Amino acid sequence: MKELLRRLTEAYGPSGHEDEVRDLVRQEVKGLADSLTVSSMGSLHAVVNPQGKTKVMVAAHMDEIGLVVSHIDPAGFARFQMIGGLNPQTLVGHRARFANGIRAVIGIEDQEDWTKQATLSDLYLDFGVSRAADCPVRIGDIGSFDGPFVENGPRLIAKAMDDRVGVAVAIETMRRLRRTPHQVQFAFTVQEEVGLRGARTSAFGLDPDVGIALDVTRTGDTPKGPKMAVELGKGPAIKVKDSNLLSDPRLVELMVRRAEAARVPYQLEVLQGGTTDASVIQLTRAGVPSGCISIPCRYVHTPSEMVDLADVEGAVKLLSAILSRPMDLGRPA
Amino acid sequence: MGDVMLTLLKDLIRLPGLSGHERPAQERIQAAWEPLVDELSLSPIGSLHALKRGSGAAPRPSVLVATHMDAIGMMVSMLDHGLLRVAEIGGLEPRVLPGQPVTVHGRRDLPGLLVQPPAHALPAEDRKGPVAVKYLMVDIGLPPGQVARLVRPGDLVSFAQEPFEQGEDRLVGHSLDNRASVAALTACLVELQQRTHLWDLWAVATAQEEETLGGALTSAFALRPTVAIAIDVTWARAPGLPEHRTFPMGDGPTNAWGPNIHPGVHQALKEAAGRVEVPLALEPLPAHSGTDAFALQIAGEGIPTGVLGIPLLNMHTPVEAVSIADIRRTGRLLAEFVAGLPADFLQTLTLD
Amino acid sequence: MPAPAARPARAHLRLLQDLTEAIGVSGAEGPVRAIVRKQVEPHADSVKVDALGNLLVTRRGAGRARLRVMVSAHTDEVGMMVVSVSSEGLLKFEKVGSIDDRQLLGKPVWVGADRLPGFIGAKPIHLMSDDETEQTVKVESMSIDIGSGSKTAAEAKVKPGDRATFATRFRRMGPSVMAKALDNRLGVATLIELVQNPPDGIELLAAFTVQEEVGLRGARVAAFSLDPQAALVLDCTPANDLPTWDGEENIAYNTRLGSGPAIYAADGRTLAHPGLLEHFIHTAESEGLPYQIRQPGGGATDAGVIHVARAGIPSLSLSTPARYPHSAAGIASLADWRDTVRLAHAALSSLTERTLRRS
Repeated sequence: MKELLRRLTEAYGPSGHEDEVRDLVRQEVKGLADSLTVSSMGSLHAVVNPQGKTKVMVAAHMDEIGLVVSHIDPAGFARFQMIGGLNPQTLVGHRARFANGIRAVIGIEDQEDWTKQATLSDLYLDFGVSRAADCPVRIGDIGSFDGPFVENGPRLIAKAMDDRVGVAVAIETMRRLRRTPHQVQFAFTVQEEVGLRGARTSAFGLDPDVGIALDVTRTGDTPKGPKMAVELGKGPAIKVKDSNLLSDPRLVELMVRRAEAARVPYQLEVLQGGTTDASVIQLTRAGVPSGCISIPCRYVHTPSEMVDLADVEGAVKLLSAILSRPMDLGRPA
Repeated sequence: MGDVMLTLLKDLIRLPGLSGHERPAQERIQAAWEPLVDELSLSPIGSLHALKRGSGAAPRPSVLVATHMDAIGMMVSMLDHGLLRVAEIGGLEPRVLPGQPVTVHGRRDLPGLLVQPPAHALPAEDRKGPVAVKYLMVDIGLPPGQVARLVRPGDLVSFAQEPFEQGEDRLVGHSLDNRASVAALTACLVELQQRTHLWDLWAVATAQEEETLGGALTSAFALRPTVAIAIDVTWARAPGLPEHRTFPMGDGPTNAWGPNIHPGVHQALKEAAGRVEVPLALEPLPAHSGTDAFALQIAGEGIPTGVLGIPLLNMHTPVEAVSIADIRRTGRLLAEFVAGLPADFLQTLTLD
Repeated sequence: MPAPAARPARAHLRLLQDLTEAIGVSGAEGPVRAIVRKQVEPHADSVKVDALGNLLVTRRGAGRARLRVMVSAHTDEVGMMVVSVSSEGLLKFEKVGSIDDRQLLGKPVWVGADRLPGFIGAKPIHLMSDDETEQTVKVESMSIDIGSGSKTAAEAKVKPGDRATFATRFRRMGPSVMAKALDNRLGVATLIELVQNPPDGIELLAAFTVQEEVGLRGARVAAFSLDPQAALVLDCTPANDLPTWDGEENIAYNTRLGSGPAIYAADGRTLAHPGLLEHFIHTAESEGLPYQIRQPGGGATDAGVIHVARAGIPSLSLSTPARYPHSAAGIASLADWRDTVRLAHAALSSLTERTLRRS
């Protein structure tokens, strides 16, 4: 699991440029799925047990946040816009990596007042060249954070834990799932960070009966952190609500029951300020009862996202418990 | 016959039914609609679909009337030393919240109070002025250990304000947005028991309007009606509010106009109102309607839509107020509209 | 079919004039639709208007149709809606779509289907304090005056719900044109020409969409209905290429006037399909046509909803730049516009299924 996570998080895959991650995932899951297809947007669909009656779509997004080059000045420095939600404060001094392997440093204009917040227009990319003609990127090229995966006891730190950890949970579940009564559609989606775009089209194409997203969520356990009941190390979180999703209450109850039966410690999550693929899956076609299993994560959308291995393992156990047993939701709540 | 409508309404504004968790309201509405319609079913995300078949030759066109049954409220986000922190469901006005009675739906229903913490318990910059929802708390008066046994994150918190009447015509309480419209649709169903109509009528109590418009979007996709009408509350005139965006209570419903509205549907509603002498004010909505119609219009291949508005005072507070006469008028207008739809109405809607 | 002309003909300019002077505020695009219909109906294989007012036209080009391609252009413009009539006969209004309040004051307008001439009045500077002139006048304090003098007189001519636009006449200025609603009558004119002179080898599904300015509404249902294999969106994008106050390089120009049609790599709602992006760039280069990449960043076109319709539709946006959109008058380069038509025509004519594939 750790090795898989290392390879996944270190791969290059900002929104719209998920090819490298998709190839990695394809390598891991071929042989585990009955069918493997790629949607027109680039999402990878791996279906297990196509004869299953209930179609359960499990979505984990492959893309990570990034930056897109918007201008190259005569000296070869590049200005950029965001791909997904980024706090400019977290970028200064970090390294970005582009599709061709090229790396750059994110620099900041000299600030008269270092106590004021950095804004996007204060930042630029330094490729180490001295004129525009030598700049190895062009307008429209997209880069992501660059940095190695690191272990600190049970805590794992890397860029793009959002959502490579969800991808890893899906892959590991596919590996361990012995039997399922359902047709499980593992959807490794694209472009979640720019508006849940891949999941929207995948859900329409796959037309599931139930939707479960796997994604990270924030925690409330850091100094003067957000007031949230979720903490690292206390187990996967069963999402009840986020800014765009009201999880289907029957699905939440089922997840709780399965967690308790499988003796997986779990937490209940209400997230303010953030959403996942589940919210668009829920409103596809005639409606799809949906929910989300979240992996608690500190420092989301920064170059050093931190998760706890036990929570990741717990998510795999919980998802496996859900998928290997019936899923009769009964009347809507 | 108005008793069915009024009894339902008075029951509904005592029941919870927050966005995403509409079952209590849905079950009560279903009980009222069962004798009035031919078929009842639930959508995958909990909207209630009721079909009253028309008498025209098959295949019959259909009109979908959507009234959202979900209400705004709160959800427990974390337990903090025996008190509860909450997240909003739908849009709340923070300034009306301190001191409001609420019900916490934990292991059992528990009475609670929404409280504004004392100044020293708040960050310095937030001590004066309105206190944001994230700093408010709910106190259920129990010791932390017991709270932890009875309540958990994700539990719902609904307003507990008791409804009351003012004079013969006014009803005051929470969740009149949008239970007033559900009542109007019910009054329409009651009247249609005595009338023939060529078109099929889908009466839909939608889920999740206050958060996602998700019920309307998915129900319209599933049912693919020929025409769709949303009934929602609109702003009643009161001192200090802009005149062109507010409408006097007791003067009948409004008929919306703007890009979210098909001009032919607007016109047909206007003509129906004329036939039954229901006053109907034009409500200009330059961009979107802020109602289920925003989703209904763009479901599938697109649907001609209309919006009727019932004036409401103090929207999104626990002391919303509505005129019962306005609700009855809306029901009557709707029944006349449905009954008056000719077989070829769709053809008349084609835009040049 | 011959390649589109490089130089604008008189008929092109007349059509641009008719289109830009028409009143077609979001939700009430009828007048624009009427002009378009007249232009395309004699050439179309089929014509249909849907529930929202999208005009959907099909036309096959020469040769075997390899692909069904939706090409869209929104017909609506930002403008105003009258919301009430005051006791003095003045019209209170709200904006439809995004307009900077500072663009409204002291402008002549046309109101309603009859295009009544009116103006948005402003206080004379002589009667204001210095402080007052430093405050932006908000739209809530503005009124349109159609010279009625009384509420009854006004209500005889205008009612709440009527739309209004800036009263700007189209003018040619040498290599440029000045008009209102260049966003998106330039795109509409381009699409009309593609219907009249269709690219080879595709089934052209031309969608003259509605309500783009109030949330990309029309395109969403049009894409669902048409279910094309690919989509090209023709729009108009700002050229913010004016000199800066301090002489520093303008790094947020978005596009530059005169630098050719603008191809989108990324905007606020869409990441371009990589195959289509490469194909259009390659076509421009091999045809010797100027082009520019619109600066990535905010903004949106109908592609935002088209590319995520159904199970996903490979999409690309192509715009003619114009300065000062969403104001009383914008300025565009005729060469940029002609090159947009030529690029669209050439790239669509050479589009194959292979362009659309992903690994």
